[in-house]
Amino acid sequence: MSTYLQNITLKVWRQDGPADGGRFEHYNVPEISDEASFLEMLDVLNERLINEGKEAIVFDHDCREGICGTCSLMINGQAHGPARMTATCQLHMRKFASNDTIVVEPWRASAFPILKDLMVDRSAFDRIIEVGGFITAPTGGAPDANLIPIPKPVADAAMDAAECIGCGACVAACPNGAANLFTSAKIAHLNMLPQGQAERFARTEAMVEKMDEYFGSCTNHGECEAACPKGISLDFIALMNQDYRKSKFKNRKSLSRT
Amino acid sequence: MSVALDPKVPDGPLAEKWDNYKFEAKLVNPANKRKFKIIVVGTGLAGASAAATLAELGYTVDAFTFHDSPRRAHSIAAQGGINASKNYHGDGDSVHRLFYDTIKGGDFRSREANVHRLAQVSSNIIDQMVAQGVPFAREYGGLLDNRSFGGAQVSRTFYARGQTGQQLLLGAYQQLARQIGLGGVRLFNRSELVDVVTVDGRSAGIVVRDLITGEITSHAAHAVVLATGGYGNAFFLSTNAMNCNVTAAWRAHRKGAYFANPCYTQIHPTCIPQSDDTQSKLTLMSESLRNDGRVWVPSKIDDERSAAQIPENERDYYLERLYPSFGNLAPRDISSRAAKRAVDSGRGVGPLKNGVNLDFQSAIDRLGFDTVWERYSNLFEMYERITGEDPTKTPMRIYPASHYTMGGLWVDYELMTTVPGLYCAGEANFSDHGANRLGASALMQGLSDGYFVLPYTIGNYLAPMLNKPTPGTDHPEFKASELAAKERYHGYVSIGGTKSPDHFHRELGRIIWDYCGMERTAEGLEKALAELPGLYDEFKTDLRVTGTDEGINQTLEKAGRVDDFFQLGMLMCRDALEREESCGGHFRVEHQDAEGEALRDDENFSHVAAWEWTGDPMASIRNKEELTFDNVHLAVRSYK
Repeated sequence: MSTYLQNITLKVWRQDGPADGGRFEHYNVPEISDEASFLEMLDVLNERLINEGKEAIVFDHDCREGICGTCSLMINGQAHGPARMTATCQLHMRKFASNDTIVVEPWRASAFPILKDLMVDRSAFDRIIEVGGFITAPTGGAPDANLIPIPKPVADAAMDAAECIGCGACVAACPNGAANLFTSAKIAHLNMLPQGQAERFARTEAMVEKMDEYFGSCTNHGECEAACPKGISLDFIALMNQDYRKSKFKNRKSLSRT
Repeated sequence: MSVALDPKVPDGPLAEKWDNYKFEAKLVNPANKRKFKIIVVGTGLAGASAAATLAELGYTVDAFTFHDSPRRAHSIAAQGGINASKNYHGDGDSVHRLFYDTIKGGDFRSREANVHRLAQVSSNIIDQMVAQGVPFAREYGGLLDNRSFGGAQVSRTFYARGQTGQQLLLGAYQQLARQIGLGGVRLFNRSELVDVVTVDGRSAGIVVRDLITGEITSHAAHAVVLATGGYGNAFFLSTNAMNCNVTAAWRAHRKGAYFANPCYTQIHPTCIPQSDDTQSKLTLMSESLRNDGRVWVPSKIDDERSAAQIPENERDYYLERLYPSFGNLAPRDISSRAAKRAVDSGRGVGPLKNGVNLDFQSAIDRLGFDTVWERYSNLFEMYERITGEDPTKTPMRIYPASHYTMGGLWVDYELMTTVPGLYCAGEANFSDHGANRLGASALMQGLSDGYFVLPYTIGNYLAPMLNKPTPGTDHPEFKASELAAKERYHGYVSIGGTKSPDHFHRELGRIIWDYCGMERTAEGLEKALAELPGLYDEFKTDLRVTGTDEGINQTLEKAGRVDDFFQLGMLMCRDALEREESCGGHFRVEHQDAEGEALRDDENFSHVAAWEWTGDPMASIRNKEELTFDNVHLAVRSYK
């Protein structure tokens, strides 16, 4: 049977819009099941706020299965809260105790402007993908899927990188607000596959330079990997840096000569 | 006065229909394509693949999503895999077998020609996705791996760990992102469709609400594609994402698009049971787990022992017992009802006795821990995060939950609704799954519609419109729709009642689940239809939405969606009441055989029910599309 946590104090960041200065507001949650997820606890609080005639706390969320990457939240200063490899939507109240005070903030990064309360604008991520995070393969006429065998370790490594959910925790956790883990995960996913070779260096160059327009620089703190709900490895940043360096002096006309 | 619908199925033998259609379809010259504007609403598998492909062809495309990014649509949560009749393993698969399995899986309530086309293009989808860099699972030799899924006796399911939907959606999203970068697609994110506009009966465009500013704007186009997903959230608790809603399809319905088979809803057998009353959604555990997990409950009623304490001979592996040839891989509807009966008989497991066991012990004994872990690790980890229990040590507890909706907007062979120029793709349409969808077929259908069907069929509609004037956003119909939408959203904040949108959604969901869920009776449905209008009236008079209709207001967004779910809920119950038979996910208690299996009535109900809006969901008109089966024999669907 579920047990109940008593007397949780929430300090929640409320901000009316991008121009507003914002402030913390305190809310008491007298009782909540330890089976409830963190967002369900916010749902309960929001319903109470509506009943009291107040505006509900705005936060992004959708699938609540840890895969869509919509949810965010800095919880007690940690991106996605205290559970490792867990997005906020999969964090459960059993990770907390009665009488806890929990501080809830939006992602803090200059590339992710706050829209309202806990909701931020992460569209800079889309801008990075749009310049190279793809393999140019227009619909129709693709060769048989088994034409090019891909060794299992290669496919597995590409999949490790491809698991990124684009939530932005890496940026929020980074003291520099860098997006190197996000960008490198997509670059590694595509650059490791045989299908991705033709555009490998053009992709890397375009994505890294677009990233630099919005985000801070990586200084190898490693906070991103620790915060990542999918456990994306820092190794991919090394791989990205390697390919970025190569992209600067590789003669693209002689690409096939490795 | 009801009408008979014409699905416009092309002539010729089944296997040649699609080729014949493609040859007959009118083409738009490459240089002229940019003169046509196409709106695509929704950026899941169907929407993203359609928008990207149409832009590659040269059309001018505007894509709309209510998400912050097109990468987030709920296609992303599909776990298990995608079917294709590649027959890479030489185990007897073929286009015809995939076609037949899908028709049979749908309990002979889908349209032959559409399903056959789906089976035909299934192989192209795998080729296309591999070319785009989707990291499907591979064998050591580097070739693609497959697994089995419910309702099939061949291994035809391609997968990417337990995140196939994610990888396919990211593939389609990346292709869409490329087009956005190239300027072929304009993206409108955080924008929700609030009305569909028709002029002289033809689709003219849409009206959307900007979820950041609250501004309501019109967008005109030559053709509109709705790829806006299913309506499983009508049940309140479902495996759908929190923001999934029926609004786009429903608003189109109110403008003349018929809504087909709303009572065909799929209850997925393997979800984590509800744990308490604050629960906001249910989480699915992929059906692929049934490849290696064995479903059982204690043989004894009210057995208080833990799973480990119950000896083998006191366990009832009821799927293996009832359906020996398919066993734990019996189709979803059948597995779900069997689980409900086991729990209803007092043999449920878990603290609330509301689940059945899905046990991996024998797979671990047979294959070793590492192999089982590699196959399902992410699912095991997700289960442990949610429940706090390790499924490799104690069996998973599972129970059915609303998951997918086979019903949706009626479309013809070209995926056009009853409104000319308005198309519907993916889960939002009704077309390919009949009364029950097989596992790993939703991803297949979404990508089939978006990549390989719409790009051909839309051209056939557009070609004759070249250089002819079309209504702009200054047309009075757009202005009227904008005004109505503004009044609607302003209305919600002005009611000043006492109860939140979630309160009403929960109450609505309870009624729909109790009376229009896994088992339905005439008495229950009549009770639901008696209760719903009263609750809906209360919604309209006692709703409380705090904040204003300007700027970000998630409570207001929810209110609009719940409003549409109310109207749909009434139609679901009416459809379920009128369909006096059991088929697939629609199980009427009055229509079952001596062993409790569904009894179809092919003589009277071998048709699609397509509902026509009249202004009141309680008074919609039921039209029919007769289903004819020239290539399969209508059999009793047996998985024994």
